[in-house]
Amino acid sequence: MDFQEKLVHDLVAKHGTDRENLLPILQGVIDQERYLSEEAILKIAKEMSIPAADVYGTATFYSFLDTDPRGKYVIRVCKTITCAMKGKNQIIQAIENFLKIKVGETTIDKKFTILQTNCLGWCHKAPAMLVNDDVYTELTPESVVDILREYREEN
Amino acid sequence: MTTTKKQLHRIDLIFKNEQDCKEILRNALARSNQEVINEMVNSGLKGRGGAGFPTGLKWKLTAEQKVDEKFVICNADEGEPGTFKDREILTRVPHKVLSGMAVCAKIIGARKGYIYLRGEYKFLVPNLKKELRRFHDILDELGLDFRVEIFMGSGAYICGEESALFESMEGKRGEPRNKPPFPTEIGYMDKPTVINNVETLAHSYTILKYGAKKFRELGVKDSRGSKVFSVSGDTPIPGIYELELGMSVQDFVDDFGDGDTKAVQVGGASGFLVPRKRFGKTSIGYQGKLTGISLPTGGSMMIFNSSRSMYNVLNNYLDFFEEESCGQCTPCRVGCQQLLKGIKAVKRGEKPASYLDQLLKLTDTMKLTAKCGLGQSVANSFSSIVENFREEMIY
Repeated sequence: MDFQEKLVHDLVAKHGTDRENLLPILQGVIDQERYLSEEAILKIAKEMSIPAADVYGTATFYSFLDTDPRGKYVIRVCKTITCAMKGKNQIIQAIENFLKIKVGETTIDKKFTILQTNCLGWCHKAPAMLVNDDVYTELTPESVVDILREYREEN
Repeated sequence: MTTTKKQLHRIDLIFKNEQDCKEILRNALARSNQEVINEMVNSGLKGRGGAGFPTGLKWKLTAEQKVDEKFVICNADEGEPGTFKDREILTRVPHKVLSGMAVCAKIIGARKGYIYLRGEYKFLVPNLKKELRRFHDILDELGLDFRVEIFMGSGAYICGEESALFESMEGKRGEPRNKPPFPTEIGYMDKPTVINNVETLAHSYTILKYGAKKFRELGVKDSRGSKVFSVSGDTPIPGIYELELGMSVQDFVDDFGDGDTKAVQVGGASGFLVPRKRFGKTSIGYQGKLTGISLPTGGSMMIFNSSRSMYNVLNNYLDFFEEESCGQCTPCRVGCQQLLKGIKAVKRGEKPASYLDQLLKLTDTMKLTAKCGLGQSVANSFSSIVENFREEMIY
């Protein structure tokens, strides 16, 4: 059994094969692999005995259930009104310059992906971003680079 | 020059550090179901997610269903732009929310509850789990057969809509259902379900502790009690504030504005923009017998000063709606796309200014024909911005 097979198998064993467990299972794969590959979707469908099209259809509804390959750290910069007013564009630019990729792209070492997202609920501390599940607020073009440098330098 | 800044009365009920949930629960569980329902109904508490449905009535209707299995769900899918108070409540006083859920569960006859937490707030989970363990111990001690689980969302604004939330929990795309039937009859897993916003449940704790009478002393007429507001934008003091319902937008701006406030967005992107000339005539509360215009809100108050372009603001909202529309019904799916395309075309001069009137008609259609609140409420911000700041849309 390869890593992914075991991951899916364990998740389904933990949550159960009923349809209402699909989201936690998809989230469990994302936690480990950062995106839902076609293979992962097929394995989930088979283990849960539901059509792969249903699994895919459900996954693509949710912005956090990516079906495109993502880096180890997914950066989601909030682009909704208050963050936009408080300098979101400068933050994006600083990240793009630092990582040498554009929004929507992943670094060659597969470490970072830059995305934009809708309201994160930190409007009083804008601009804000998520790096995977961790929140960073009141960003400046300087502080965001410091934060990402730490992620880049960890092993 | 000295200016005396009027300050709105700050309320300290929700975030008050009270660790007596065992006593509150013990007392509430000892009372008859009818008594507690009456207390909730008399308090005048209305849903704090923004829709404002009377909470006591919701509990009562669900309690009346003769079905074995029922559910209590706490809606923590706080996604409305400019809203962040539920996160604060779940961080600082989660036991109040859980107590509200437990009392509701006893009354309606539910053994299972869920907190549907938006994916963006996943960092709250470890603390919430700790709180849940402590709370379950209290329930065991009191002999109440009720358990609460956390269900994570995955980044979809529409799942804050209650029926979309059920679909999502059932492992499906978060597409809203037709209503009726309402959740009080057919909710999660097609069972009668009470679904309340985080803040609503926390208020129910206050009502159970201090009584409906004390709660009613706050607020005005049909808008009783306090409300937690999320204040952001062009303000020197952004943050979370518990205030009395019924205040005028003018008083709010005098307190929170930066001295150059041009407009206030009440209720997030799906709410209304109030321009300066209407500050005095608009109050914050539920539609009722208030004089002038009264706007409901889930608590989002975004302040814009005169440096902001209202075209950019509307563009940002429409971008948001176009992405977050679930795509299920045509009026919303195509409507949001056309509104966004439309204002851009007018701005670029590709369409005449009169095209804005056609777009306003389109929002009327969406209001009538969209399946859920998302598509229906795009008209709110669109018309209030376009009608009050028409020049900014064109030039």
